[in-house]
Amino acid sequence: MSTQSIAWPKSGVARRTLVENLHEWVTTVDHKRLGILYILYALLFLAFGGVEATIIRIQLIRPHNDFVSPQVFNRMFTMHGTTMIFFVAMPLVFGFANYLVPLMIGARDMAFPRLNAFSFWMTAFGGTLLYFSFLGGDGLYGAGNAPDVGWFAYAPLTSKTFSRGHSTDYWILSVLVSGFGSVGTAINIIATILGMRCRGMTLGKMPLLAWLNLTMAGLVVLAISPLTAAQLMLLVDRYLGGHFFDTQSGGSAVIWMHFFWIFGHPEVYILVIPAFAFASEIIPVFSRKAIFGYPIMVAATVCIGFISMSVWAHHMFTVGMSSAANTFFVLSTMAIAVPTGIKIFNWLATMWGGEIHFKTPMLFCVAFLFQFLIAGLTGVMLGSAPFDWQLGNSYFVIAHFHYVIVGGILFTFFGAFYYWFPKMSGRMYNEAFGKLHFWLFVIGFHLTFDFMHIPGILGMPRRIYTYEPGRGWDIWNLIVTVGVFFQAAGVLVFIGNLLWSYFRGKYAGSDPWDAWTLEWSTSSPPPSYNFATIPEVRSRRPLWDLKHPEDPDWQYE
Amino acid sequence: MSAPSITIPQSDVQWSLPARGPMAMYCMIAAEAAIFTIFVVAYIFYIGKSLAGPQPQDVLRVPVFFTICLLSSSLTIHFAVKLLRRGKVVSFGLWWLLTIALGAVFLAGTAREWHHLIYDEGLTIQTNLFGTTYYSLVGLHAFHVTVGLLALGTVSIFTLSGNVRQEHAERAEVLSMYWHFVDVVWIAVFIVVYVVGR
Repeated sequence: MSTQSIAWPKSGVARRTLVENLHEWVTTVDHKRLGILYILYALLFLAFGGVEATIIRIQLIRPHNDFVSPQVFNRMFTMHGTTMIFFVAMPLVFGFANYLVPLMIGARDMAFPRLNAFSFWMTAFGGTLLYFSFLGGDGLYGAGNAPDVGWFAYAPLTSKTFSRGHSTDYWILSVLVSGFGSVGTAINIIATILGMRCRGMTLGKMPLLAWLNLTMAGLVVLAISPLTAAQLMLLVDRYLGGHFFDTQSGGSAVIWMHFFWIFGHPEVYILVIPAFAFASEIIPVFSRKAIFGYPIMVAATVCIGFISMSVWAHHMFTVGMSSAANTFFVLSTMAIAVPTGIKIFNWLATMWGGEIHFKTPMLFCVAFLFQFLIAGLTGVMLGSAPFDWQLGNSYFVIAHFHYVIVGGILFTFFGAFYYWFPKMSGRMYNEAFGKLHFWLFVIGFHLTFDFMHIPGILGMPRRIYTYEPGRGWDIWNLIVTVGVFFQAAGVLVFIGNLLWSYFRGKYAGSDPWDAWTLEWSTSSPPPSYNFATIPEVRSRRPLWDLKHPEDPDWQYE
Repeated sequence: MSAPSITIPQSDVQWSLPARGPMAMYCMIAAEAAIFTIFVVAYIFYIGKSLAGPQPQDVLRVPVFFTICLLSSSLTIHFAVKLLRRGKVVSFGLWWLLTIALGAVFLAGTAREWHHLIYDEGLTIQTNLFGTTYYSLVGLHAFHVTVGLLALGTVSIFTLSGNVRQEHAERAEVLSMYWHFVDVVWIAVFIVVYVVGR
C-alpha cells in the first residue's frame, strides 16, 4: 500500500468531449458513480410517478370528474405504485448504499464492482421496459397500453382471460428483471460490509448506517426472491397454460396474495430500514452527541428484520383467513411496533440535551420522527384484524402507507440528499431554498395525507375512479388534491436547488458538518480510489478520535 | 487533491475478514433457496387438488439411479477441489469431467422421464395442477443443473487449455458450493415429488 499522494498533471490535458464523458459513465464500475447513477435514475422516475399521482388526484378533486377515463385511471394507479416502489424507492436505497457503504467502512470499492454495474443496468433496463409499455403494450383497449392490474396484480385479473395483450407481461418482466438487479446489489452490499471493512472496524464499531444496510440487504435476498418465484409462476400461467392461479382448474387466487405479500411486507422494511439508517447518522451529527444506545439500535434493527418476515398476511385480513391465522398475524404485527418504538426513543434520547442545529437535513429528520410515529400508530390500528375488516381497502389504508412511505421514508431521503450533497458534489446546497423545500413539502404532505384518512373512515374505497356527490367525501378530496401542488412545488424547489448548487454553490470542503464517520475524512467529491491510505479505526466515531485526541471515544466503548 | 489519512495508533490486533467469494455464494444460495421454497410450497399446497387427468401415484416412477448419479457428483466435485488445492491439476480435471458426466446423465434421466410422461401418459404442463407444479418445480431444478453444467464445462475448457492452476482452488470451490446446493435441492424435490406427493 503506497502512502504517497498521487498528483495529477493538470496542464496539457484537453477537456474531454461529451461522448467520452458519457462513455465513462456508461462503462463505469466505480461505486460512487454507480450510486449517483442509481440516484439520478430514481429522481427521473420520481418525476414520472409524481405526474401519475397528480393525474390520479386531479381526477378525484371533485365528484363525477372526467379528467381521465376509468381505463387510464387504472393504468395511472398501477404505474404510480409500481414506479414508486421498484424504480424510485429501491434505486434510492441502493444508490445511497452504493455511495456510502464503502466510504463509511473505509473500503476503496464494493466487493464486486462489475456485479454492481450489472445490477444497476438490470434495474435501469427494468424501468425502461415498464415505461415502454405505454407504447408497446398491446392490451385490451388497443395499441399502446400500460399495465392496469394494480401494483400487487391480484389473480385472476392477471390471467389471459382478463388481461389480454401484453400490458401485464410488461409489468411481470420489468419487475422480474429489476429484481435480479436488486438481489445482485444486495449480495454485493453484504459481501462488502462483511468482507471489506478497514482495519479495526469490528462489527460493533461499524457506523449504524452500515449495520442497517446489512439488515436491509439480507431482507432483499430473502424477500425479493419469493416475488421472483411468483412472477415465474405467473409467466408459466400466461405463456405455457399453467394453472397456478387459475381457479377454474383448482388453482388458488389466494396463494398469489400470500406469495406477493411474503415479498410485499418485508419490502416496506427494506425501504424504511435505510431511512432509519439516515436518521441514525444525521440526528447525532446535528445534535452534537453520539447516538444513544448503539447496541440496542443494532439489536432492534435485526429484530425488525426477523419479525418483518412473519407479518405479511396482515395485508389479507379482509380476504378471510382462519381465526388462528388472523391471531398470529395480529400478534406478530403488534410485536414489530416494539423494536420500532425502541428506535424512536433512541433518536429522541440522542437529541435530548444535545446542541441541536436545525439545518435542512435535521429538519427533515425531525419531521420524520413525528410523522413516522403517527404512521406507526395507524399501522397498529390496521394491524388489528377487526379494525382492518372495517377499513381495509379504504382510503384510510392509502393514507396510512403513504404516511410511512412519504412521511417516513421520503422525508429522511430528502434529509440524506441535503446531508451528503456536499460530499457527492463538492458544493454546498442553498440553505434558504432547502428550508423552503422543507416547509412546502411539510405543508403539502400534511394537507394531502392527514386529510386522506377521513374519507377512508367515511367509507371511500381505494382505486375508484370517481364517486357520487353528497357522501361527505367531496371537501376532503379537494383538500387532499390541493396538498399535492404544494408537494410538487417543494420537489421543484428541491431539484432547482440541487442543479443550482451543483454549478454555483459554495465549495463545501471535505467535512462541512464537523461529522464523525469516515466518508468525511476524504475530499469532496472523493477521488476514485476513496482513500489514499486505507484508514484504521478504534471506535465508532473515528473522526472524533482524530479531532479530539485528548478525549477519544475508544476510551469509553 | 489528496486525502488526509486517518491512522490512529493501535495495538497489534489480528485483522482478518471473511473471503468475498464464498460469502457472495452463500447469499446467492439463500436467494435461490427462497425461490425454491416458494415452488415447493406451491407443490405441496396443490398435492391432490388436480381436478382431472393423471395423478402422481399413477404415472410417476422413482428415479433411483439418476438420483444416485446426481448425489454422487457432489462427492466427485469435492474430490476434484481437494486435489486442485494440492496442485494435482490432471486428477482434478478427471474428477471434474466425471462430475460433468454424472450431471449430464441426471439431465438425460429427466429428459427421458418427461418424454415418457408427455408421450405415454399424456401429462403436460397444461393438463392439470399436478402437471403445472411438477414440470415447474422439476424444470426449475433441471434449469439449475443445466446452468451448473455450463459453468463446470467452462472450467473444464480452461483446464484442458492448461489455464487452471493450484491458486484457482478457491474459485473452483465457490463453484462447487453452487453444485452442492443444486444436489441438496434435489433431495428436497425428491422427497416432495416422489415420496410425499405420491
